[in-house]
Amino acid sequence: MRRPYLRPIDSLWWAKPPYLAYTLREATGIAIGAYALVLLAGVICLAVSENAYDAWLRFLASRWSLALHAIFLVAMLFHVWTWFAIMPKTMPRLVIGGRYVEPRLITATGVAIAALASLVLLVIALRILQ
Amino acid sequence: MKRSVAPIFWLMFGAGGMLAALVGPALVIMTGLIVPTGVGNSTTIMDYAHAIAFAQHPFGKLVLLAVISLFAWHGAERIYLTLKDMHLGPKFTLAWLSYGSAGAVTLATTAALLAIGF
Repeated sequence: MRRPYLRPIDSLWWAKPPYLAYTLREATGIAIGAYALVLLAGVICLAVSENAYDAWLRFLASRWSLALHAIFLVAMLFHVWTWFAIMPKTMPRLVIGGRYVEPRLITATGVAIAALASLVLLVIALRILQ
Repeated sequence: MKRSVAPIFWLMFGAGGMLAALVGPALVIMTGLIVPTGVGNSTTIMDYAHAIAFAQHPFGKLVLLAVISLFAWHGAERIYLTLKDMHLGPKFTLAWLSYGSAGAVTLATTAALLAIGF
C-alpha cells in the first residue's frame, strides 16, 4: 500500500506570516463583495418603493453602516495599493526607449492614476448632483 | 482539448479589481460616508428623486450594473481562491457557492434595474 509522507500543515497557516499578508489582500475581496451587496440592497429598495428606499438611506446613516463603510474604505485603499503592487508581476515587462520600466514606477503610476480618478469622480459627483 | 472556463472568471475578477482600484474609494466615501452624514450639504444628491432619475437613465443603469456585478465577481474570485487554499470544502462546491453568489447578484441587479424601468 502506498503511504506517501504528508508534511503536517498548521491549520491556521493563513493567519500567520508570511501568508497573513496574502490573506489580508484576499480579504479585501470580502469587503468589495459586501459593498456590492449594500448597493444592490439600495437598487432593490429603489425598485420597490420610495418608502423602502428611504429606509435604506436611514440604514446608511446609522452608526453600524458608517462603521461598516469605514472598514470598506480601509479595505478599498489597501486594495488600491496591492492591486498596483502586483501589477508589474502580472503584466509583460514594459520597455520604453529600450529600457525596462522599474516595477516600482509602474506601481506608483497606477496608484497616482487611481488617486486622480477617485478624486475627479468625487468632485464631479458632488458638484453636478448638488 | 477541453477548454477551461477559468479565463472568463479571471476577466471578471480583473475588470472588477481595476474598477474598484480606480473609483472604489470615491464610491465608498460618497455613498457610505459623505452623503449619509450630509457633509457639504450633500444629502440631496442621493435622495429618492435623484436616485430614481439616475437608475432610469440607460447610462445610470449601466453604471449601477457594472459597479455592483463586477465588484461581486471580483469578491467571489478572491473568496473562492482563498477558501480553496484553506481546503474548506470540495473545489466544485466552493466554486458553485462563490461564483453562484456573484451570478445571483448580477441577476438580481438586472431584475431590479428592469423593474425600475426607463
